[in-house]
Amino acid sequence: MVVKERKKLAITGNQAIAEAMRQINPDVVAAYPITPQTEIVMTFSQMVADGLADTEMITVESEHSAMSACVGASAAGARVMTATSANGLALMHEIVYIAASTRLPIVMAVVNRALSAPINIHCDHSDTMAERDSGWVQIYSETSQEAYENMFLALRLAEHPDVLLPVMVMQDGFITSHGVEIVELLDDNEVKNFIGEYKPLKSLLDVDNPVTYGPLDLYDYYFEHKRQQVEAMKHAKKVYLEVGEELSKLTGKEYPYFDRYYLDDAEVAIVVMSSAAGTTKAVVNKLREQGKKVGLLKPRLFRPFPAEEIAEELGRLKAVAVLDRSASFGSGAPLFTEIRAALYSAKKDVPVASYVFGLGGRDLFPEDIEPVFEALLSGNLPKEESYLGLRE
Amino acid sequence: MKGWKEIPIGGMIVEAGNAKEYKTGSWRSIRPIWDEGKCTHCMICWFSCPDNCIDVVNGKMVGINYDYCKGCGVCAHECPVNAIEMKPETEFLGKDGE
Amino acid sequence: MAFNLKKLTEKKERLVYGHRLCPGCGAPIVVRRALLAIEEPVVISNATGCLEVSTTIYPYTAWDTPWIHNAFENAAATISGAETAYRALKKKGKIDKDIKFVAFGGDGGTYDIGLQSLSGALERGHNFLYICYDNEGYMNTGAQRSGATPTGADTTTAPAGRVSYGKPQRRKDLTAIVAGHHVPYVAQSTLYPLFDLMNKVKKAIDKGGPTFINVLAPCVRFWRVDPALSVEITRLAVETRFWPLYEVENDVWKLNYKPKKYVPIEEFLKPQGRFAHLFKPENRHVIEEIQKDVDEYWNWILKMTGETWEPKK
Repeated sequence: MVVKERKKLAITGNQAIAEAMRQINPDVVAAYPITPQTEIVMTFSQMVADGLADTEMITVESEHSAMSACVGASAAGARVMTATSANGLALMHEIVYIAASTRLPIVMAVVNRALSAPINIHCDHSDTMAERDSGWVQIYSETSQEAYENMFLALRLAEHPDVLLPVMVMQDGFITSHGVEIVELLDDNEVKNFIGEYKPLKSLLDVDNPVTYGPLDLYDYYFEHKRQQVEAMKHAKKVYLEVGEELSKLTGKEYPYFDRYYLDDAEVAIVVMSSAAGTTKAVVNKLREQGKKVGLLKPRLFRPFPAEEIAEELGRLKAVAVLDRSASFGSGAPLFTEIRAALYSAKKDVPVASYVFGLGGRDLFPEDIEPVFEALLSGNLPKEESYLGLRE
Repeated sequence: MKGWKEIPIGGMIVEAGNAKEYKTGSWRSIRPIWDEGKCTHCMICWFSCPDNCIDVVNGKMVGINYDYCKGCGVCAHECPVNAIEMKPETEFLGKDGE
Repeated sequence: MAFNLKKLTEKKERLVYGHRLCPGCGAPIVVRRALLAIEEPVVISNATGCLEVSTTIYPYTAWDTPWIHNAFENAAATISGAETAYRALKKKGKIDKDIKFVAFGGDGGTYDIGLQSLSGALERGHNFLYICYDNEGYMNTGAQRSGATPTGADTTTAPAGRVSYGKPQRRKDLTAIVAGHHVPYVAQSTLYPLFDLMNKVKKAIDKGGPTFINVLAPCVRFWRVDPALSVEITRLAVETRFWPLYEVENDVWKLNYKPKKYVPIEEFLKPQGRFAHLFKPENRHVIEEIQKDVDEYWNWILKMTGETWEPKK
């Protein structure tokens, strides 16, 4: 396959998202600033002010109103996008659920940042992990390049008639959002053709066929509406790969449920999402040079969770360590519990260790990751949740 | 009752105004009785009814819609010529097919 | 301005019978009259509350017009989104009709939890009309006090009891707060006089931009008044000057109605069970306080509207 020569820019993750938004040119964006997402909205607003996109911006007075306005606009048949982080996402929590339950294909870029308190503006995944039951599709990006491309995938996935669910695309706060990377951009026309026209299922503006959105469900109907959402998620899992394949034809890259790094002949592996996977790859490279059979599995699609496929992949291994960038106080960390449950369902008796790292932007160094691989290889896995980079 | 595969997604209701299938007339304990002779067709009762139960044809009142009338009594109270009187429902049991 | 009621009877009703609001409820009277004043197609955003819940019990909807309920505090934010989508799609040539945007919220969803999103929508200048149907409490959940509940009213979270006479605080003056946003049109209205509400709705819609009407709408159930007196009690609210009728158009304050006589506030309080405890000897002083507040508020309105008042005895 010949991949064409494309424009490359040295830009931040936030700028990459803004560029993706410019190319998508949504009808409406309702957003509120919060570190470290603010640059997305700032950059995009400047693009609109310069006539590079003809999006109608709603400079709302809170994130709760941001998602509320997105719901109103999407219900009115517009293509709608937004962005937020941390407490902004937490504030819109109520409406995040409503957006998914009302089956509105909103696309939201989330720049992962720790939830308060204490207030912390740096990266961890506590914000989006708190939304994992909301009914949104969740895609995590390791790099700005991935985040940029995932936005197009997300839009097509959201608007697919078998799905019709909102999608959030994540990237690590400051690490990716503010780090400068060389990002290869698609042409405006390529994006336009890929995303196509949005044809809403039902619209408030179709006044000849009035629709009622958001009725009161008593105990006789709510359950059925929720079961529909379960079905939509099942379809999303399939459609994610289908749309990914189509996008591959343009970018030459792959969009699997998870990335596999040296897993073919690995004996042990670390499972980790987002930018920390990059650091882990460097450690894998180093240990592989020493002849150690280590590998990395980097989940990209977190909701719907590709349990069977991950279990299939990890089931052959001797031991696995899951690195979570968030904790679930009182129980196991989110990614860890998903992985363990997946293996159990597949009847794969692989020991899994849980490590929590990076909370509130605590850096993860290769020196922190190496001992994890050593523990996996030696079989001396900690029984309890352990912490990387924490001062005891 | 319909299963999850048979109803529209997202809780949407696509049959506008289908509340008409729910007859609230059974709520009544008193009902308005209209005296056509006194009525001046001013439309004030129509304008004040919370349930739009005053039947009007060509600018003239023709009766009360007892399928939906909840018996609140606003029409009787607002009528400027006392053409509507509220009477207990018990006087009408079995009379309009109930 | 008077409307031709007979002509109005020919219009399509956008809130149909079969809804499950209480017999005599003021809210559907407000909605029916407001929508009759609008010629164009209307998209409605409705905050959680009596109106929303009782008109859309799945699988039934009493709305024969596009309608969205999102959550309790965001009717204004939701309509902002819909109205912006309309402008965006119209600009792109995808919509050609003239559509109006109306948000309905109770006092709960407007004075209190919805105040922020209302304020934001007003400040951003969206083209919409927000109608607050003010029944002075969180009635849908069983009459809890709101910022709109008047002094001395018995509600379940500020109940009258052996050591309490009901709500101690005054009502919030939301109409004045909205007027402070200096939007094109703000008004206070109710179900009396006959066409007050329709006139104001028509004015707001014709004016365009962010507009707001605060409408006193009785909750016959929890005001504990005879349902048949639903419209009558609003007449008493106006005649006792409990609820002055006024407009603020382009920051010019105009008084719409001056009662001919000085009617003591007791006339408004007496028919309502929620004030019954005030007529006990130990609570009489509260009625005096309420009268004082009513008179002071009325004097303030007179000042703002540049009016004088000489009532007959």
